[in-house]
Amino acid sequence: MPFGQLLVEGLAIGACYGLFATAVVIIYKTSEVVNFAQGEMAMFSSFVAFHILAVYQYPFWLAFVIAMLFSILLGVLIEFLFLRPAKHPSLLGMIVITLGAEMFLMGLASWKWGAEQKFFSLPLDPSVTYEPVKGMIVTNWAIAVFAVASTIMLLLYVFFKYTRLGVAMRATQQNKHAAKIMGIRTERVFSIAWGFSSLIGAVAGMFFASRATLDPAFMMEPFLRAFAAAVLGGLMSIPGVIIGGGLMGLIENFFGYYWPSWKPIVAFIVIILVLCLRPSGLFAKHYVKKV
Amino acid sequence: MDMKRDYYEDIRLFNSGVVLFWTVALMLVLFTLPLYAPNYYVYLLNIIMVHIILAVGLNILVGSTGQISLGHAGFFAIGAYGTALLMAKLQIPFVVALLAAAFIAAFFGFILGLPALRLEGPYLAIASLGFGLTITHIIGGVDLFGGRMGVKVPPLDLGISQLGVSWVLKTDFQKYYLILIITILMVVGARNILKTRVGRSFVAIRDSDIAAEVIGVNLTIYKTLAFAVSAFYAGIAGGLFGFILGFFDPFTFNMILSIIFLVMVVVGGLGTVSGGIMGACLITYLQYDLLKNIGEVPYFGAFMVTISQLWFTTVGLENFSSMAIGLIMIGIIIFEPLGMFGIWIRMKKYWMTWPF
Repeated sequence: MPFGQLLVEGLAIGACYGLFATAVVIIYKTSEVVNFAQGEMAMFSSFVAFHILAVYQYPFWLAFVIAMLFSILLGVLIEFLFLRPAKHPSLLGMIVITLGAEMFLMGLASWKWGAEQKFFSLPLDPSVTYEPVKGMIVTNWAIAVFAVASTIMLLLYVFFKYTRLGVAMRATQQNKHAAKIMGIRTERVFSIAWGFSSLIGAVAGMFFASRATLDPAFMMEPFLRAFAAAVLGGLMSIPGVIIGGGLMGLIENFFGYYWPSWKPIVAFIVIILVLCLRPSGLFAKHYVKKV
Repeated sequence: MDMKRDYYEDIRLFNSGVVLFWTVALMLVLFTLPLYAPNYYVYLLNIIMVHIILAVGLNILVGSTGQISLGHAGFFAIGAYGTALLMAKLQIPFVVALLAAAFIAAFFGFILGLPALRLEGPYLAIASLGFGLTITHIIGGVDLFGGRMGVKVPPLDLGISQLGVSWVLKTDFQKYYLILIITILMVVGARNILKTRVGRSFVAIRDSDIAAEVIGVNLTIYKTLAFAVSAFYAGIAGGLFGFILGFFDPFTFNMILSIIFLVMVVVGGLGTVSGGIMGACLITYLQYDLLKNIGEVPYFGAFMVTISQLWFTTVGLENFSSMAIGLIMIGIIIFEPLGMFGIWIRMKKYWMTWPF
């Protein structure tokens, strides 16, 4: 396979990882919780879209809008029901809560839709491809990923920079107690962050689902890759995560082309190497613990 | 309550006649249990005991040293594959193979402990998760380890084939006693480790690693040692688990298994040996017996089947166990962060001071 082809595909899948990693980072930035349930939240929202399409036969845009609204509700509900009641949980406690939410959602989805694989397709014609440069075929899927990812990034940038809510979220992230004194309802900010993150995760999840198949465990691997991308970028900065996602996609695609059988573990080797050499990620400022 | 007046009282195995009495009673029950329990329950008890070994070992790492590991299925797999392959391919006697596999697992634990020196919290969780998945993927990709087809475990021969001594344990009933003895040794070992200088260093690292370093605990040695000890326990557990199953493949040791191991420790109670034991008993029983056959539970089972037919799929009902365990994980953190051990301590205090 030519170089250009691998490059475009790697970047497209990398943009998907970056998008999904953004969802992880938004939650980590605001509430310092690593959300292990992120993948399963996206999986559940994708299943809702699939259910609406397959059972009620609604047009795609309507199913998409309903699934998006559902994903926001799901994120807010998980924050409200599972994380908020925990009084001063330790870091391990937070991890266990999100892992519990993951198991719960996975069990619920397998109970509702069964464990067999389903096909979920975006309304994109797979036969239409473009070849801007010789030997570099760009699919509709890749174009859609680039378009959606850049739109969401732009909106996020504007949101965090210019809106009152975005500024409130940044303030909460920097110092929760000071933000509270300044009149920000930090609990509500956490809820909104979870809703936002669930929404972005669900968009990325649908792209992953349309690329592979839809089953209750399909987001496990993409989640871990996206997490690797987030670690690569430093878990704290959204631009860093986008670059991390792109790098991850490229590394995986090139590596996977030459050594296909070892493709699934590239992500973890990257994580472990990055964590050993630069524990705070490639693009984040070095984090020093205060005693 | 009981107050320790000198060091020897603290390290004593039975600190009162009551404890000694109940320990002897428990031993009597455990050693005679297969005589009146149905055969299926002996199988279940074997699995529970293997999980007890693992949970006690994981508790040394997570509960006592405060390092998070989501990769213990990897060490478990190393133990299972190591023991089975050393016995089948090299004809090494069982005890030696089990110990060798456990030491290999401990070595990998040491390797994982090295990045853990620089990582903490979520980063360590994700690195260990990646480690566990990498191990199972490597095992699945190499033909020597049976690849994706899995491994058939050789017969459990306690004798030494080179000397012509053979003592094959065939039934679950016979394996029960072997696993029981190993479990008791491992649990007492864990309890003793925690009472020594090493165990106190672990606890110091958990409470504050910087303060521990200041008072002279060598972080490099003790953090990697905690990983190695914990992996050793997982290796022993894995080796025994292989003989209970008789056949396993890389998918047996998936990521969900690592999560379940962590759940056992958290549900049972962090940082105590008895917590690990209680958590392993409860979660294994729920997962392998009660929730797996939820449709056959009186009243509630029929209700669940009806709900499944109305709104869900009946084939998917077995996934209810994953939902229930997820809710238990969330509930225990919200309502009882000390786990079952916390409930036990509260009950004990209530009755010891009753009626005040």
